[in-house]
Order: sequence, then C-alpha cells, then structure tokens
Amino acid sequence: MTQLPPGAIDCDVHVAVPAMKALLPYMSEAWLEMITSRGTDGLDLASYPNNAPITCRPDWRPPAGKAATDLSLLQRHALDGFGTKAAIIHCLWGAQAVHSEDLAQALCQAVNDWIADQWLDQDPRLRAAIVVPVQSPVYAAQEIERKATDKRFVQVQLLAMNEMLLGRRYYWPIYEAATKHNLPIAIHAGSAMRHAPTSNGWPSHFTQDYVAQTAGFESQLLSLMGEGVFNHFPTLRVVLVESGVTWLPAFLWRAIKSWRGLRGETPWFTQSPGDLVRKHVRFTTQPFDAPGADEVNRILEHIGADDILLFSTDFPHWHFEGNNALPPGLSPDLIRKIAVDNPLATYPSLKETLS
Amino acid sequence: MSEVLDRNTGIGNKAGIVDCDIHPTMRSNKELYPWLAERWQRHLADYGAQPRTPFTTGTQYPKAAPATARRDAWPPNGGPPGSDLAFMQAQLLNPNDIAVGVLAPLHGAARNNDLDAALSTAVNEWQIEHWVKSDPRLKASIVVTHEDPDLAVEEIARRANDRRFIQILIPSKTNEPLGRKRYWPMFAASQAAGLPFAVHVNSVGGGYASTGGGWPSYYLQDHHINVHSFQAQIASLALEGVFEKFPRLRFVMIEGGFAWLPSLCWRLDKHWERNRHEVPECKRPPSEYIKEHLWFTTQPMEEPEHPDHLRDTLNWIGWDKIMFATDYPHWDYDDPVTAFPIRLSNAEHTAVFRDNAVGLYGL
Repeated sequence: MTQLPPGAIDCDVHVAVPAMKALLPYMSEAWLEMITSRGTDGLDLASYPNNAPITCRPDWRPPAGKAATDLSLLQRHALDGFGTKAAIIHCLWGAQAVHSEDLAQALCQAVNDWIADQWLDQDPRLRAAIVVPVQSPVYAAQEIERKATDKRFVQVQLLAMNEMLLGRRYYWPIYEAATKHNLPIAIHAGSAMRHAPTSNGWPSHFTQDYVAQTAGFESQLLSLMGEGVFNHFPTLRVVLVESGVTWLPAFLWRAIKSWRGLRGETPWFTQSPGDLVRKHVRFTTQPFDAPGADEVNRILEHIGADDILLFSTDFPHWHFEGNNALPPGLSPDLIRKIAVDNPLATYPSLKETLS
Repeated sequence: MSEVLDRNTGIGNKAGIVDCDIHPTMRSNKELYPWLAERWQRHLADYGAQPRTPFTTGTQYPKAAPATARRDAWPPNGGPPGSDLAFMQAQLLNPNDIAVGVLAPLHGAARNNDLDAALSTAVNEWQIEHWVKSDPRLKASIVVTHEDPDLAVEEIARRANDRRFIQILIPSKTNEPLGRKRYWPMFAASQAAGLPFAVHVNSVGGGYASTGGGWPSYYLQDHHINVHSFQAQIASLALEGVFEKFPRLRFVMIEGGFAWLPSLCWRLDKHWERNRHEVPECKRPPSEYIKEHLWFTTQPMEEPEHPDHLRDTLNWIGWDKIMFATDYPHWDYDDPVTAFPIRLSNAEHTAVFRDNAVGLYGL
C-alpha cells in the first residue's frame, strides 16, 4: 500500500468485552448482585458473531478466545502495524441493545469505565467513543456528561439500527449533550434488532444482514436531515463508521431529487442533502466497497469532497489483506488528508490531546 | 444550443418507444365486480382489503399530491388519474409516440390470500377488458397472490398462453425475502412460460418497518427508502441460489431506480467471497447473476449533481439492462424528452427506449 503519512489516525478499531465477568469490577454492588444472581451474560451482538469471517481477520485472531480482547494484538497489528499515532476504539456490545433502560445504563457505564481502565490507560495512542444507553436519551446524555471530561473519549457511539430512526426528536437530548461537549456522533454498523434487517423481513443469511447495513445508514441520514437535526444542532458532526462508502453518490442523487420535489413537507429542510452531508457527515474508509482504483476514483469524483473521508483499518474486522488498508488509487495528497487532516478536523478532543 | 430541445426523443422515430411502467386505475373497485364472486364483493364492502397500515384507505405517509398523481392527469370525465383510456391516449401514448405501454396495476396485496387471489384474477380480466382490448399498444401484467405461490401458479397458468400478458407482476415488499424457497413455484412457472418476473416498488408490504432502524416520519423518507426493498430482494435472490435453480429466469425491477446497483454489486461480491461457506447455493459472484438475469426501469431517474456522472453508472450496469418508463400518471412522472440528464447516442437511446424492452418481452 501507499505509505501512510506520519501522524496518521485510525478512526475505527475494535475492542470486545471478553465476558460479563470483565465488567463486574466496574459495577455498583446492587448491579453486581443483580447480574450475577440472574446469570446475565452472552450479550455479544449478533451483528458480529465471533467466528464469522468479518469479525476478525485470520492472521489477527488470537490463538484462543474471542477476537479483539488482547491489547498486545491490537498494538502489534493495528497501532504498530500501521504506525498510527492514534486509534479510536469502538466497543460493539449488547449494552446498546438490551431492552431495559436501567440495565443499559449500568452496562454502558461499566463498559466505558472498563475501556478507560483496560485500554486507554494502557496505551497513550488509544482513544475511544462513549458507549451510551440510547434506549434512554436522558440516560445517554448523562453518560456523555460523565465521560466528556476525559478527553480521551472523542465521540459518542450509536448503532446504525435502533428502536426508532435517529432523527426523531426523542433522541435529541443525546445531540444536545454531544454538541455541548463538541463531540461527534459516531453511528457504527450494527443493529439492536428491534426490527427486521430489511423491509421484507428476516433474510436467511448473515451475509444479507451485513450487506443491508448500508440501507440502515442511508435511512439514518435521511432521518437526521428530514427531522431537522442539523438545523437545530448546526455544529453537530456525524461520523458513519464501517458504513461502506460507494453507496453515497447514488444515495445523494436520489435524496436531492426527492428533496427538490418534496421539501415542502419539511420546511426547515432548506439545504440540499448534498450540502448537508458534506458539511456534517464523515465516513471511515473501511470497508469502501469498490473493486479497483478506477471505480474508487470515479466514486470520489462523484462525492466531490476531499474532507469527508477518515482513515480506518476497522481492526480486527476483515476487509483487506496485508497492509492494504487504503482504497486503491488515492493520491498522496488525499491520503494525507484522509489519514491526518480530516480526523484532526473532525475530532476536537483528539486535536487537543495529541501533542 | 438547447440541451433539452436537441436531445433525442422517441418522437420522429417511426418505430416508437416502449414505456415500461404505466398505471391504470379504477374509478372504483366496482369495475372488478363482473369477475368477483358475491362473497368477495361483500367482503370488500364490509371489511376492505385489510391493509397493514393504520388507515382503511389513506396512506400512512401523505403523498406529494392527491392520488399521488400529476396535477394535470385528472381526466375531464371526473374519474381519478389513470382511469380513462381516451385521456391516457391523448396525454401519454399519442404525443410521446409510445408504441408499447406496459400496464402495472397496483392492486396491493390483501392479507386474506383467497381474497387476494380473487382480486388478482379480476384485475387481470379488467386489464384486458378495459384497456388492452381497446388499445393493443397496451400490454398487461399478470398480477398474482405472491404470498400463496400455489394460487399464483394457478393464475399464471390461466394467462400464460395469452400473449397480451407480457410479464408476471408482484410488489417489492414481500412478507419474506423473495429468494426463500416458498416463492420458488412462481419462478418455475415464470421460467416455464418464458414470462419475465416483474417487481414493482411499494410502500407497505408484510408489515415490517421500512428500515432496519424503524419507521420514517415523512413521505420524503418513505419515497426514498422503498428502493431498499429491491436491494434486499436482489441479495436474497442471488444468495439463495435462485438463478442456479432457474437459469432462464428474468427479473424486471420497476420504479426502484438503478444508480445504487453498482455499489450493491461490489459489496455483495466482496462479502460473498468472504462468506462462501455460508451461501454455497450461490456459486458465482452475485454480480454475474445480476448482470445476466435482471433488468431495470429508469423512472424515477437518479439525477447526479453533475449529470455526466450518470454515464459512469450506466456503463457499470450495462446499457442493455436499462428500460425507459414514465410511471404515468404519478407525480414523479419521467418525460421521455427530458428524463435523461445526459445526452444519449442514437444507439444508447434506441436500446433504452425500445430495443431492450423489445428483446426482453419478445415484442
């Protein structure tokens, strides 16, 4: 691969909760008792089964046990392997998918404290997203308040598919808290499975679920724009993580056309979806979903903005071989923007804490 | 030079064009009564078709215009848009030199499969009696009860030898992903009859939320998001091995757009390769089946911010797989003269506006 420039920032790496046991030290006595007495465990998200190829590249798997639970593997393969100056952790786990708001709150608090203790404290290059109990936007805002003072938490993490579409005003307390602390909202691939993965019901295959994630992301962008989230929170930045990229032009072409014809329905929706996305939305680069350099470059021209892509390896998810983390065919100038300039511009806390 | 006036149109082409999506409507469902048993007439009158929505007749997302129609498409005789043949001839078929118009009646899908089968039969008779007999430019679609494939196969058998029907038609939101084996009898019948299997966009299907993250609030969203049902269906058809089982099956995807297809193919191919042991019935990269078995109609035409970008998309998909459609009389009608934001060569124009459909339907 073309060499990453010095100071490159990896905007999506994963750590996994090994088991509920790992979180118990970070819980109140009441929750500790509740969770152990009821045997509550097994909250790995079905969006990423441990042994599925997507979940971990074969040469990045630990000899035994769960993927993404070993700091030394993260250091060797992701941080040292790509020579990145910083990497942003996303912890995908069932805390954001349980039905009880109270359990969600307790689990998210434990996860965030565990991340700080077991990962951020262990390597100064690591940053993380605050895992919030989206099931209760009020609790989610409280969790943002609780962790925002730790500048190593550089954004707020939501799953791509939840109970309701994320533009709904029900969720606005989350955006209120995030913008107050200048934290972007990261929407990461994955589903709380409140709804079938497609409007035609439940597909037979994991492969279909994963491919359909792009529809989930498109729906969230339409929801955020249509409900007026960017009008109400003009400084809000949204990062789509592990969303795929090449669907974006066709999405915008249709969204802009529909908006021209139907904007009367949402009078606050005064800026074109193309302008809104370029201003407010960023995308991590893995997976990119294009077969070769020619397609990548045509899609980049269709997108028409060099500041919306953020470099990511998506470690340890399996999207590429060797060190080919960048989509093929990018110019050195664009690589520097994607790997360094754009992440720094997107994450104020990161800029503040990277010396 | 005017980009619009200088553009190729079907007008002047003696052969005329093919419009692959025209919606005929009824003045009321009483037009179906001649073919509907008294039991079902009464059922409709008393209970309606039991939609999977909160309202007996209205839509869950108020549309862009009354009857979702062009404001100038209301016939002078007072019926709803698309209900009057003479007006359709004067407004659509004659001025646009449409040599063949494919009827796509949107009859919905009643929850009661027996009612749906009775309605399907009646709608098929109605297409012939009210439209095709009076204007042979119009071709009918065999609407079927897709949720009870045995009943669907009976209806296909009833029409398969009648060349006035040129395709089988179902809505894009089925109760289960379309590649599931329970739908395969319809594909067997489609292949045996040599009739393309058409899928037309719809908003309400099996009652699943229209996104994996819940229901949208606005028509602006719903109108867009409905295309995702096509993406899900295509993934299901390819990965379940439908095209291995039915190598001569051909699909037409109507009113779902097409610009999203290249990205979907790239993504599908990549994950198919990665997950091959999960989907062994799909023996080749999904994009190969898609390229061989699927056709797409143009309306609603995607409109890039820079029109030339559309050419990349069409080159990726292949000019032989795109067929022009107006969607008359709906509000987002595409005019054959102005729909394409780019100028087509004569060969491209002939393919998209005529030859691809002629070849597919054997017109």
